[in-house]
Amino acid sequence: MTWFQKWRRGEGAQGLFLISPTLAFTLLLLAVPLVLVVALSFWTQDYLTLHRTFTMDNYKTAWSEPMYQYLMGRSLKISMMVTAMTVLLAYPVAYFISFYVPPKRKAMWIFLITIPFWTSYLMRIFLWKVILGYNGVVNGSLMGLGLIEEPLSFILYNQNAVVLTLAHAWVPFAILPIFVALERVDRSLIEAAEDLGDSKLRRFFRVTLPLSMPGVIAATIIVFIPTIGDYVTPRLVGGPNGLMIANMIELQFKKANNAPLGAALAISAMAIVTCVALIFIWMNKKYIRGAK
Amino acid sequence: MTQPIIQLKGFDKFFGDFAALSQVDLDIKTGEFFSLLGPSGCGKTTLLRSIAGFETPSAGSLYIDGKTMEGVPANKRPTNMVFQSYAIFPHMSVAENVAYGLKARRLPKAEITTRVAEAIAMVGLEGFGGRASHALSGGQRQRVALARALVLKPRVLLLDEPLSALDKKLREQMQSELRRLQRAVGITFVLVTHDQEEALTMSDRIAVMFDGKIAQVATPQALYGQPCSRRVANFIGMMNFLDAKILSTSGDTVEVDVQSLGKLSLSLSQATGGIEGCNSAGVRPEMLTILTGSQTAEREIEAVVSEVFYYGDMTYYDVRLPFKEEPITITMRNTAGRTVLAVGENARVGWSASSLLLLR
Ligand SMILES: Nc1ncnc2c1ncn2[C@@H]1O[C@H](COP(=O)(O)OP(=O)(O)OP(=O)(O)O)[C@@H](O)[C@H]1O
Ligand SMILES: [Mg+2]
Repeated sequence: MTWFQKWRRGEGAQGLFLISPTLAFTLLLLAVPLVLVVALSFWTQDYLTLHRTFTMDNYKTAWSEPMYQYLMGRSLKISMMVTAMTVLLAYPVAYFISFYVPPKRKAMWIFLITIPFWTSYLMRIFLWKVILGYNGVVNGSLMGLGLIEEPLSFILYNQNAVVLTLAHAWVPFAILPIFVALERVDRSLIEAAEDLGDSKLRRFFRVTLPLSMPGVIAATIIVFIPTIGDYVTPRLVGGPNGLMIANMIELQFKKANNAPLGAALAISAMAIVTCVALIFIWMNKKYIRGAK
Repeated sequence: MTQPIIQLKGFDKFFGDFAALSQVDLDIKTGEFFSLLGPSGCGKTTLLRSIAGFETPSAGSLYIDGKTMEGVPANKRPTNMVFQSYAIFPHMSVAENVAYGLKARRLPKAEITTRVAEAIAMVGLEGFGGRASHALSGGQRQRVALARALVLKPRVLLLDEPLSALDKKLREQMQSELRRLQRAVGITFVLVTHDQEEALTMSDRIAVMFDGKIAQVATPQALYGQPCSRRVANFIGMMNFLDAKILSTSGDTVEVDVQSLGKLSLSLSQATGGIEGCNSAGVRPEMLTILTGSQTAEREIEAVVSEVFYYGDMTYYDVRLPFKEEPITITMRNTAGRTVLAVGENARVGWSASSLLLLR
């Protein structure tokens, strides 16, 4: 038997066969573009022509220009706020479904939570504009109640609006992993904590929360990584002060005709996000213990 | 008598319209080793969880130390529980698990450290304090669960089948260890088990439960010797039953007609569950003897051996009596010079009227 025949019968080959469609798809649509972007970030562009001589200039600009530093910082801040808000909103919902909804109804509740996905994301952003706008629902109601004289202007076209809109969009994604983690918490452990004398609040912080941390960590990562690269939401509800690094990357690729700088910014942002995520996971490593 | 530490009065627990416990009346004495024994699903866990405060009664009341437990949550009761699954906190080390309840009481650090060390030593886990709790064997987990509860010095320790997951050897070792611990700390133990041998060897008193009701509460000897019904007698050890008909009672004596054995006059005290409705006579296998050679007994009956089970130290015989379809069982010790009978041989069975029980 040749090595190839042996290999074909082995488990490795079966596994590879199983994942091959996904693998091909990923290579084509993720890895290849990524390699191209990395390559691009070391080149230079002169109007429409690319010069393929290796240079670090793009990275120097990306890391030293105050404008980019500032935008990067703001993006990190916004996505951290979104993440915090999302997880804080999602946890009680997941907790409620896991602990208070009768087992028969849990599936229905989870299904209900996915209903927002039936509307496109753009639609939902426009709805937030309707709600938060100058003549929007919030201002209209507050003025109608006589609580304010003039429409509030700090609620739309700024960072708060970006945070609010993104958090609303991502909450369902955060609820699911937290729910799954809470479902896996052995209820007899919580009873044991009660039996040993802990009040409801204390047993939550000493048992339920630590044991559901894997879900919280998953939710954090799921929300944090994509939001930092979001450019639709800041563009539509962020106003000039709500723009994020992805808007700048878009600008470089399109209007500014400087794709290499855009690529360098994108790669830098990726590196930073990866670092932040890794630090976060490292800080919580004691909670992430797989089945033994 | 001193006040019972645990007292249940007319205690009911319904799940939907299923009665898991009905009309339970029970007194558990301070400092005793009490066992709840019964077949699977009879409500033992429900009763234990009710005492611990995890189930609220549908009717009736529970007193611990003379105080009503109505509205008192589990974390405020003077009881601690060793769960059927042990419920060891997986995110904590052995020492942290044991310290859990002490921290809940916000005791000073130094006191916690010494008491944890003591408790860990008491259950024989010295040197395991820093061990992650997922790296423990079943027996070690059980001891952690025990230490975690005992360190709080509860008035009552509730144990829900704590030994059922262990192999025979370890179980026997833990049984004597539990008994020793209970004598040493003087805490009231309430043990749930469905293993009758475990209940008999460990307990001061046993409550036998069937279908959510308490059938009998007695010491191990009384339970074995004077079971109150056929069902209890059958659950605790082995018993042979013969149909019996009460002919008359006068004063302290009962005239009965027993299948195969004929008319007898027995003492009223042999109707251990009351004479009312008695329809069978029971006799333990070890109360019967197979007579050999010139041996005689108070009463004798001819039988035929239908099965032989040889266990080395013991032989179990199934023998057929005249006028009885089902064979009865006799256990004999294989003492020196005793020959084991073969299937089909005739046997002289010796018995005495005083070893019969009248049951319903
Ligand atoms: N939460 C519940 N909801 C509905 N029925 C329940 C619930 N808990 C227990 N039961 C029922 O009550 C009965 C008694 O249960 P329990 O757990 O007390 O039995 P047990 O004697 O401890 O049995 P085992 O020896 O198998 O542990 C069972 O028939 C069980 O199905
Ligand atoms: Mg049980």
